Amino acid sequence: MASQFSEAPPSLRSGVVRPGFRVDPRLLWAIGIALLLLPLFTAESYRLFQLTLAAIYAIAILGLNLVTGYNGQISLGHGAFYAVGAYVAAIMLDKLSLPWWSTLPAAAVICGIVGWGIGRPALRLGGLYLALTTFSLAVAVPQILKYKGIEDWTGGVQGVLVTKPDAPFGLPLDVDQFLYLVTVGIALGVFVLARNLMASRIGRAMMAIRDHALAAEAMGMDIANLKTATFAVSAMITGLAGALSAIAVEFVSPDSFQATLSITLFVGMVVGGVASIIGPIFGGLFVVFVPNLAEEISKSAPGVIYGCILIAFLFVLPGGVAGLLRRLPALLRRR
Amino acid sequence: MSGNSAALLEVRDIVIRFGGVTAVGGVSFDVGRHQICGLIGPNGAGKTSLFNCISGFYRPSEGQISLEGQKISDLPRHRMMGLGIGRTFQNLALFRSMTVRQNVLAGAHSQGKAGFLAAALRLPSSTREAREAEERARALLAMLDLEQFAEIPVAGLPFGWQKRVELARALISRPKLLLLDEPAGGLNHSEVDALAELFHDIRRQFDLSILLVEHHMNLVMRVSDKVVALNFGRKIADGTPAEVRATPEVISAYLGEQAHAA
Repeated sequence: MASQFSEAPPSLRSGVVRPGFRVDPRLLWAIGIALLLLPLFTAESYRLFQLTLAAIYAIAILGLNLVTGYNGQISLGHGAFYAVGAYVAAIMLDKLSLPWWSTLPAAAVICGIVGWGIGRPALRLGGLYLALTTFSLAVAVPQILKYKGIEDWTGGVQGVLVTKPDAPFGLPLDVDQFLYLVTVGIALGVFVLARNLMASRIGRAMMAIRDHALAAEAMGMDIANLKTATFAVSAMITGLAGALSAIAVEFVSPDSFQATLSITLFVGMVVGGVASIIGPIFGGLFVVFVPNLAEEISKSAPGVIYGCILIAFLFVLPGGVAGLLRRLPALLRRR
Repeated sequence: MSGNSAALLEVRDIVIRFGGVTAVGGVSFDVGRHQICGLIGPNGAGKTSLFNCISGFYRPSEGQISLEGQKISDLPRHRMMGLGIGRTFQNLALFRSMTVRQNVLAGAHSQGKAGFLAAALRLPSSTREAREAEERARALLAMLDLEQFAEIPVAGLPFGWQKRVELARALISRPKLLLLDEPAGGLNHSEVDALAELFHDIRRQFDLSILLVEHHMNLVMRVSDKVVALNFGRKIADGTPAEVRATPEVISAYLGEQAHAA
């Protein structure tokens, strides 16, 4: 019966057949893991700290990308979840003297609950209104953290000091190496889980709702529940990153979580690639290293340099780094 | 479930008002099991309003709609697919950034159960149901000759092919009732000719009923077992294509100009 339909135009057909530019995924994994382990042996401790921070930002940006990139709910307030996660970790370590690893699931769960609480009413807000509402969250959180009534826990303006954990079982690693390993391991786990999620019916539903809400409903997708749950999961992941950041930086204070942090995460998402799983890795590297680079180029106006690099990036890579990687096979073939 | 004699879809005394305007004023009809039913009427007759009511997108102001004896007119929209009502849209409502295959798989959403956790951890239950859905998607893509485009973003396909993706997306959940909103709209002659045969094939293979709203009179009369004609929000005829074509009200309201022309 199909042959009775008109044939597709040849332009489409030629684009369909993909000649064999394929890399064995196992090889990619091996290269990736080797690259991740390399800094342990080569990088000095400050560089290792920067890489740890980049991995943490990558996790946070991944969280943002789930809700904004894949589900189409623009959040300019994810720094708030990052801050809550960081404070949960700091308070658990400093005030309750709990083991460092226990702070990570706790921060994730608490941020997930907060995310659910914010995601539910946010359903009524579309597009720019949601963006502004989440942004007001980002503006409010640093001030809430200074609130006198909770000063005993949060340390008020002073913040809370914590210490990095030592490597257990007498492993021959210093604190920075150990934390790098932990962070990269957690990041790897979160990224694999996110990839699985996005390849599943849930991931498809998230994208379907973004693309056409009415049709998504007709396909049996419960938009209210899916959007709220996506917001919660997204907050969970970003909160987990926040907890890691408290441990890595060994300090939390209201000033570490200004509203610009939310914008930084957003920039990382766009630079890395909206609605991409690996994009946030490049986003994390960008937001950690490019400001430093800008500072090296010009001490007096690093913001200007940063802005120029950012614009150049968006100009050269409109789909983010992930967009370039997606086009790479085609570009190589054309040679 | 009601007995064999009962209709699959029962539409009873449906009234739809928008503000002070009555778009549909008390329409009743049935769609039987395995039946292809055409819903026709001139522009503004209320077909689309009625169609949207059956697919759950509008709530009727009065009356009720039942599928297999179960009242569905007060259920939320996202329940319809799970109950066995699949639909296509008049002006295409595909997930444009997703590939053809992803679009078709999205149609299987209501048949899956895996939640966030099961999907992220790839629990056996979730991978099993994903494999089943992928198998059905593969079969549908093959049946509709869409395999070659499976990995292309759907927005890149020509209109007629996108309509086929919509059909595959509606069929993957194995609906009992398929609602088609102007399936011939925007298609060329040969494509419309192929549709009638396609609908009969689909009915046979998927064991379903079809309700279509369609302007293309030729197609409706050729493909339908039963035709319901509306005018000014009221039913003016209900019967076989031959009966409906012979009804004086239909001739004057709808086929009149065509009869003159012929």
